[in-house]
Amino acid sequence: MTVAIDRATGKVRGERGPRRGPLKRLKSSYRKYWYAYAMITPVAIVLGVLVLYPLAYGFYLTLTDANSLNTARTIGVNEIEATYKFIGFDNYADILWGPTSYDRFWSHFIWTIVWTAACVALHYTIGLGLALLLNQKLRGRTFYRMVMVLPWAVPTFVTVFGWRFMLADGGVINAGLEWLHLPTPLWLEDTFWQRFAAIMVNTWAGVPFMMLSLLGGLQSIDSSLYEAAEMDGATAWQRFRYVTLPGLRSVSSTVVLLGIIWTFNQFAIIFLLFGNTAPDAQILVTWAYRLGFGQQPRDFAQSAAFGMLLLAILVVFTSFYRRWLNRNDQQLAI
Amino acid sequence: MSTTTVSTPAPADRNPADTAPPRKARRRGESGPLASLASHGILIAASLIAIFPVAWLVFLSLGPDKDDYLHPGGIWSKMTLDNYSFVLQHTNFFHWAASSLIVSLGTTVVGVMVAATTGYAVSRMRFPGYKKFMWLLLLTQMFPIAVLIVPMYQILSELQLIDSYLGLILVYCATAVPYSAWLLKGYFDTIPFEIDEAGRVDGLTPFGTFVRLILPLAKPGLAVAAFYNFITAFGEVAFASTFMLSDTKYTFAVGLQSFISEHDAQRNLMAATAVLVAIPASAFFYFVQKNLVTGLTAGGTKG
Repeated sequence: MTVAIDRATGKVRGERGPRRGPLKRLKSSYRKYWYAYAMITPVAIVLGVLVLYPLAYGFYLTLTDANSLNTARTIGVNEIEATYKFIGFDNYADILWGPTSYDRFWSHFIWTIVWTAACVALHYTIGLGLALLLNQKLRGRTFYRMVMVLPWAVPTFVTVFGWRFMLADGGVINAGLEWLHLPTPLWLEDTFWQRFAAIMVNTWAGVPFMMLSLLGGLQSIDSSLYEAAEMDGATAWQRFRYVTLPGLRSVSSTVVLLGIIWTFNQFAIIFLLFGNTAPDAQILVTWAYRLGFGQQPRDFAQSAAFGMLLLAILVVFTSFYRRWLNRNDQQLAI
Repeated sequence: MSTTTVSTPAPADRNPADTAPPRKARRRGESGPLASLASHGILIAASLIAIFPVAWLVFLSLGPDKDDYLHPGGIWSKMTLDNYSFVLQHTNFFHWAASSLIVSLGTTVVGVMVAATTGYAVSRMRFPGYKKFMWLLLLTQMFPIAVLIVPMYQILSELQLIDSYLGLILVYCATAVPYSAWLLKGYFDTIPFEIDEAGRVDGLTPFGTFVRLILPLAKPGLAVAAFYNFITAFGEVAFASTFMLSDTKYTFAVGLQSFISEHDAQRNLMAATAVLVAIPASAFFYFVQKNLVTGLTAGGTKG
């Protein structure tokens, strides 16, 4: 049994022989790596059946006019055949430049970009600040860490529920603002404040992940680098700028990418905070869900087309992000 | 002339402790009393912000009337646990608890097992197709639910998995495993490669090496992956509300939603339910939290 395990460096161990025919190479690669393939098979099957097949099928749906009135369904004992038909790329055209496409797509698109940028920027800066504070030798820092991770530990639907109490008209936030003689906005009704509230809640919920990831990154920076910088007379800011930030680069590039993807697709917070009440505060994901499940008749095809557009945006973004990272000589850890 | 004397007092008057710049006297990583006070201040403020919404929910759940959240001051005088006893006695709470725990723990067990083998394979070997596979893992993170829910529903109903725990567990695994696998890959990367070799020299099969040597060493990483899987499954709303049809099989996330429509505006009861729901999740969290920091970024620090 030959099992070639090579290090994470990616170097092939042993001498590389001359290139052989494709079949032989396949065979020897199978012999060498059967074990790796065996280990990834479960994931490959689950992802294939539950993600890739639905994706292909979903793409097919976007080329039809399927909705809940013309798909196959069973009512009592009667089975009704599907009657939707193939309409090509009409759905995409309709979404992107059909009538009222600004209200249906572009306004949500812009808001989604703003939402993602604002949330990730806030997550990252606040998370980094707290991680830096927690990385000091400080009494009770384990306690602080445990408390501050709470927003991540409690399930989203519970915490968002708590936030709804607080943001409600006459809730504790407005009571506090009134006590301070500040204006009391209608958090859950006014479009601007709805968006503000959504970003606030998502920031609250997303900081712990960033904080812990960056804390792990900080702890892995070699302390001799700081000693050397101090010897050379670097100020605290210089040490942060030239030792801490470069040391965090690989963690940062990964968590920022994950943060962008997760925030862009953040379904739970907006859905739970507003339900079906706030059409203008819906980002693309929740809007797509609303098209497919929150209205009658359910428009499966348009909903899936929205999903495809979302996926396309993220894939394009990630490719550029990777290329940009590669140009700056760093690899994404994922 | 007189100014100079004031600004530079005679050396004899100086207290030596004042003149030495204080930072030299301290050990590295410690800061002055003022800086540390500021740090504590910020951290306490952040902790309060982190804890407040949850604490507020707990506080409101003690008020007996549905409008108490508008006059929270009145709750102090009439605190009661009635909401809790009502929720426990008159709703499907225990059914929801059972299905939530089955689904979350099932996802945790299956997901961590699958993610561990995957993470190990991609950590130790550069097999042909490696790059594509990693890209696929990242890609699955980007999938918006909207594009998946309809087709998934159809596949699950063809497999007879609608309204079954197994179906939901598989769906959650598909969403949680890619990140867990990546997390565990990072952790396995930090385990020296010599351990694998030693295992093989001693005659263990590759799977034996993995199960007997690597897994025990990777406990912090596994704990974090378990936490991530559990939280993902426990808190998910969209899939659960679409795929689970009978109300005894609802998970908490769906149960609480149905609660909102059924007991309209009974906010005190909803708060009590939410608190009860948060308890198992937080318990699980504090069970694994010791490992959270080391496990979370072992991967991110290495390319």
